[in-house]
Amino acid sequence: MSLTAEPTLFEKTSPGRRGVIPPQENTGLNWRDEVAAELVSEKPPELPELSELEVMRHFVRLSQLNYGIDTTMYPLGSCTMKYNPRINEVTARLPGFARLHPMQSEDTAQGALEMMYHLQNHLAEITGMDGITLQPAAGAQGELTALLMVAAYYRKRGEDQRKVVVVPDSSHGTNPASAALAGFDVVTVPSNANGDVDLEALKPHLNEKLACLMLTNPSTLGLFENGIQTIAKGVHEAGGLLYYDGANMNALLGNARPGDMGFDLVHLNLHKTFSTPHGGGGPGAGPVGARGELVKYLPAPVVDRVDGKFRFFKPENSIGRIRTFWGNFLVLVRAYTYIRYHGPQGLKEVGEGAVLAANYLLSRLKGHYEVAYDRTCMHEFVLTARTSKKEKNVKAMDIAKRLLDYGYYAPTVYFPLIVEEALMIEPTETESLETLNRFADTMLKIAEEDPDLVRSAPHSTPVSRLDEVRAARKPVLRWEEGLS
Amino acid sequence: MNYVPHTAGDRQKMLASIGKQEVSELFDSIPPGARLTRALNLPEQLSEYEVALHLEELASKNMVPSRLSFLGAGAYRHFVPAVVDTIIQRSEFMTAYTPYQPEVSQGTLQSIFEFQTMMCNLTGMDVCNASVYDGGCAAVDAVFMALSISGRHKVVVSEGLHPQTRELLRTYIDTHAGELIEAPLQDGRTVWPELNDEVACTLFQTPNFLGVIEDGAALCARTKEAGAIPVVSVGDPCSLAVLKRPGDFGGEIVVGDAQPIGLPLSYGGPYAGFVACKKQHMRRIPGRLCGMTVDSQGRRGFCLTLQAREQHIRRDKAFSNICTNQGLCALAVTVYLALLGPQGLKEVADASANLAHYFKKQVASLDGYKLVLNQPFFHEVLVECPGSAEALLKTLEGRGIVGGYLVEKDYPQYKNCLLFCFTEANGKAAVDELVNALQHAHRPLEGATRS
Ligand SMILES: Cc1ncc(COP(=O)(O)O)c(C=O)c1O
Repeated sequence: MSLTAEPTLFEKTSPGRRGVIPPQENTGLNWRDEVAAELVSEKPPELPELSELEVMRHFVRLSQLNYGIDTTMYPLGSCTMKYNPRINEVTARLPGFARLHPMQSEDTAQGALEMMYHLQNHLAEITGMDGITLQPAAGAQGELTALLMVAAYYRKRGEDQRKVVVVPDSSHGTNPASAALAGFDVVTVPSNANGDVDLEALKPHLNEKLACLMLTNPSTLGLFENGIQTIAKGVHEAGGLLYYDGANMNALLGNARPGDMGFDLVHLNLHKTFSTPHGGGGPGAGPVGARGELVKYLPAPVVDRVDGKFRFFKPENSIGRIRTFWGNFLVLVRAYTYIRYHGPQGLKEVGEGAVLAANYLLSRLKGHYEVAYDRTCMHEFVLTARTSKKEKNVKAMDIAKRLLDYGYYAPTVYFPLIVEEALMIEPTETESLETLNRFADTMLKIAEEDPDLVRSAPHSTPVSRLDEVRAARKPVLRWEEGLS
Repeated sequence: MNYVPHTAGDRQKMLASIGKQEVSELFDSIPPGARLTRALNLPEQLSEYEVALHLEELASKNMVPSRLSFLGAGAYRHFVPAVVDTIIQRSEFMTAYTPYQPEVSQGTLQSIFEFQTMMCNLTGMDVCNASVYDGGCAAVDAVFMALSISGRHKVVVSEGLHPQTRELLRTYIDTHAGELIEAPLQDGRTVWPELNDEVACTLFQTPNFLGVIEDGAALCARTKEAGAIPVVSVGDPCSLAVLKRPGDFGGEIVVGDAQPIGLPLSYGGPYAGFVACKKQHMRRIPGRLCGMTVDSQGRRGFCLTLQAREQHIRRDKAFSNICTNQGLCALAVTVYLALLGPQGLKEVADASANLAHYFKKQVASLDGYKLVLNQPFFHEVLVECPGSAEALLKTLEGRGIVGGYLVEKDYPQYKNCLLFCFTEANGKAAVDELVNALQHAHRPLEGATRS
C-alpha cells in the first residue's frame, strides 16, 4: 500500500489538459446571443485540468489512505459497520431504478412505488409499527421528523403545553439536537449504576409538560433497558409519547420489536442495521415508523395501493414534506434487497450473531480491560480506560490510535459521555471467530505495551496525529494559491 | 441466507467463553412481554440469484427512456463518465465511516477538501460544507443560518424557488419562529416586495424553477439595502460554468443540489445538498467541514474541524442535528468535476442551453403552442399547449417520450403549460423527435375536454 501523501487536484493541474469530453451537438445557434451579457460569465470556471488517467490514479491513491469494512474490522460502536453485500450495489444500479426521474408520473414509476410499498410494510413488521415513512435521509432527520409529528399531534389535541422532551444522559447527540431544533425544551435524565434510565430521576418529568421520551434500546451502552415496560407505562400514563432511536436495532432483529415494548415512534438507520454502505459519511436513510393515531401525522407522501395501482398520498394530519422528492431511493433499494435476501429467519440470525459476537469479544477482553457495566451486553459494549489513564496515563484515545497501527479501525471513543474514557466496541455479526480472536489478541497486547509507544500512536499510518487545534484556530477550508 | 460466518462449532466455542448454553440466553434481559415469540411475517428468503431477478422485474416496470426524457424540474440528467461510479465503488471509500479517525481517513478527508474547494470556486463563496441531505434541506439550513445571524424573523422567498423546497420551508419554519413571505413572479422573474428591517434574508433560485435566469445583482442589491442576507439557490449547478456566479453578483449564502454534476437521477435520491457562504458567516454553517492542517511530524494532513458547531459536541445547543450526510454523493461530484474540468463543464452547460434555445425556436413555430415567458432562460422552457397538457403528456408517454413537467400543480396561473428541460444527454435528434411528436400530438386532442 502506498502511504505517501497525494498532492491535491489543484497542484496537478495543467492548463489545457482535458479529461472526459461530454457529448457535443451543433444546433447552429449560440444561446448567449439571446441572453444579456451581464448575466453571462466569459471566464471559465476555476476547476483543475487533468487527464482521465490522472484523475483515476488520484482517487485510487486517495482511497488507499482509508480503512474501510472491506479492508479491515471496523469495531466502531453505535455505527454497525457490518459487511455491505455487493448484490445491493447491483440492484441499486439497475437502470430502471438509477435512471428514473423523480418527477415522472406514478404510472411510469410503478416498479419503484411497489418496492417502496413493500419496504414500508416490511419495516412496519420488523418494528411493530402501523405505518412507515421512507423519506428521512438519515437517522437525525428521522428524529426531527418524528418530533415534528409529536408537536403536531399535541397541537391538534390542544395540549400545546407539552414542551418537554426527555433524553437520557447516555443518548446520542442527535437526540437533544433534534428535539431542540423541533422547538422542544430538552431535559436530560441520569442513568443509574446499572446503566439503565434512573427511574426515580425520570419520575418528576412524567407530567403534563412531557411530550416525549427518546430512548435508544439497546442503549448506547449496549445494554437492554431493563425498565422498559415500567418506563413505557409511566410515560403513557403521563400522556406522553415514547420514541425509539433505532440506531441499535441490529441487536433485536427478529427477537424483539419496539412496538411490543410500548414505543409509539421509531426511526431506523438503514445504513446500519440494513447494511447499506456508509460511504465515508453518507448517504443513509432514516425511515420513521408510527403507531395508532400518529400514523396520520406522517410526512407526505407515503405509498399506498389503490385498485391494484401504487400511489403516493398525503396522510390526513401530515406534517407536510420534510425533504425533496421521495427519500434516498437507491438506499431504500439496497435495504429492500437485504431484507428479501434474508427473510425472517436470516434477519433473526443477524441479530443473534451480532449479540453473540459482542458477548464473545467482551468475554475475551474482560479482566484485561475495565468494563463500564459488567452485564450481558447486546450488540456492543463499553470499556473504560479510566484506570489506565490514572495509572499509566494511557487514555481511550491512545488505545484507539494504537489499534490503527495494527490495521484495525478504532472503536467509538468518548461516547457515551457518561462513561469516562469510553471505548465502545461493536463487532457486528459479519466478523468471523478468527477475526474476533485476532482483534482480542491485539487488544490484550496493547494493554501490555510500553505506555510511551501507545501514547504516541499511530506510528504506521499515512499521517500521525493531526494538529486539530491549528485546524480550528486558523481554518483552511479550501485550496488557494500559495498553500503548501 | 445471511452473511454471518459463525459455524455451529464457532458458536459453541463462543458460548463456552461467555459461559452460556444457548444463544437465546443472551436475550434474557428482554422482558417476556417484549420478546417476539413468532417468526417475523416477511416473505421467505431468496438466493442472491433470485433476489436479483426479483429486483430486475420491479425495475423493469419503470419507464426510463435513454434520450427521450425532457423532465427537469429540479433533477437533471447529464452524462456521467464511467470513472465516477468506478471510484465511488472503491471499497475504501464506500465502506468507510465518517472520518472520525483522520490518520486512516485521509482519502475521504482530502476528497472532501477538494469538494469544498471546487464548490467554492463554482459559487464564488469562501466556505462550503461537506454536504447536507439535499438541495431543499440546504435551503432550509440557509434560512435558519440567516435567522440566527440577523436576529430578525421574516424570510422573503421567491415563487421561483422549487415548489418542494417552498413546502419544506413551510414544514420547518415554525420551529424557528420565522415568518415566510412569498414574493410572486412577474413574467417568470422575481420581484421583491417592500423589504424592511424585519427581514432576515431573501431567497431566490437561479435559473429559477421555470428556467429563467434571474437578475441576481438587482435582487441581492435590494436585499442588502434592507440589511438582510441574500441567499441564492442554484438551479442546475452546471450553469455556474457559464453564468455569473452568486458570489459575483452579491450572494452571501449559496445553496443547491449537486445532483446534476455527477449523480444519476435515482428517483430523487441520494443526492448531495450543499451550503456555501462568505467568510463572515462561516461559524454558522451547518454540517461537517474539513480543514487542512499538519500532523505531529509537520506533514500536511486533513481533519474535520470547527466541530463546536455540531451535535456531538453541542447537543441541544448545536446549530443543526445533522450527523450522517451524503458523503459518497459528494465524492461522485468531486470526481465528476475533476474529469470534466473547466472546459468540459462549460461544454455541458453550453450544449444544454443551446438545445433548449433550439427547441424554443422550433416550438414557437408550431401551431397552437406558445412560449409563456419573455425572459432569458438557461435549459428549461415553459410552453403553453393547445388543449390539455395532461392529456398531451399521456400521448407522449405512449410514444416513449417522458414529456415536460406539468406546472399548473404548483403554478395555477400557468394552466396547460409544460416545462421542458434539455441537456447534452438528449441530443438534437431527440429534440427534433419531441417537436415532431408535439406537432402531431395535439391534432387528435383538439376539442378534447380540459382536465
Ligand atoms: C444512537 C444513535 N442515534 C442517532 C444517530 C444518528 O443517525 P444518523 O447519523 O443516521 O443521522 C446515530 C448515528 O451515529 C446513533 O449512533
